Amino acid sequence: MSDSPLTATRAPSSGFSLFHYASPQTFFPLAGKLLWPTWIIAIVLTIAGLYTGFFIAPTDATQGDSYRIIFIHVPAAWMSMVVYLVMAFWCAVGLIFNTRLSFMMSSALAPTGALWAFIALWTGALWGKPTWGTYWVWDARLTSELILFFLYCGYMALQAAIDDPRRADRAGALIAIVGAINVPIIYFSVKWWNTLHQGASVSLTQSPSMASTMLTGMLLMALAAWAYTIGVALVRVRAIMIERERHTDWVRQLGNAAQAGDIKA
Amino acid sequence: MNWESASHFWAMGGYGFFVWGSYAVTAVLIAAELALVARRMRAARAGAARDVALERIDADRRGRA
Repeated sequence: MSDSPLTATRAPSSGFSLFHYASPQTFFPLAGKLLWPTWIIAIVLTIAGLYTGFFIAPTDATQGDSYRIIFIHVPAAWMSMVVYLVMAFWCAVGLIFNTRLSFMMSSALAPTGALWAFIALWTGALWGKPTWGTYWVWDARLTSELILFFLYCGYMALQAAIDDPRRADRAGALIAIVGAINVPIIYFSVKWWNTLHQGASVSLTQSPSMASTMLTGMLLMALAAWAYTIGVALVRVRAIMIERERHTDWVRQLGNAAQAGDIKA
Repeated sequence: MNWESASHFWAMGGYGFFVWGSYAVTAVLIAAELALVARRMRAARAGAARDVALERIDADRRGRA
């Protein structure tokens, strides 16, 4: 028995290679090391973002204080789209290279993506009532974001319904990749159709249409959402690795270590 | 500073229900996700440890037989 359980089964690699971390047994400890820094960054950014959003950014001239929903709404909406694209990317990588870790990554991201989509819809409804006079309208932006939420749910439901993980991965990948077409539709919906939803407040080509302290608060919260998503997805992917690789040596050694540490475990 | 008092802060210029309704639900959902994912990780680790324990018991029995 090796002293260091996680290095014993490390995949053979000559020098540094990106593929070195592509196997679960090498990625597992790396993900574990990344966790605490990620949580600390997420907490610091959230505190800074909320402080900026509530105590530095001024009351909006037209919307009053209702606009402060933006500090959750926009980061959540951004994350719901980004997470979906990353999920679809890992599914595509998994289909092309047949790598186990890629599918685990996309499974780990789906619940958090669904969470962001739901939060974007919920905060959007609560923002719509005071500004538009209604919680919900079936317009292009809102409807396509709702479809994104359903795509996440469909992906998770399909994966849960198929017992064989390899088949579940492939079926889920199909939804994820085909559904990715919805993301540009959400993004450009406010340009392509006449909608109640306002256009982009921030874009790469124009200067932002909001006060700079408001923008700072929003960007801090967006970065916090990134950090949170990375953190929670890392924990979930670690759990999925153990669940799926129970029969392998490296998980057995992990179990050995847990046994040694806590007999009841 | 934007707020004259704590009650002004909670009132959010009359939009308290909408603003705090957004923040509270987000906070609850994030807390729930963190709790669920932590539980999943604990269960996975416990499962791996149990596998090893069962294997040992099996091996012991075979050794004695």
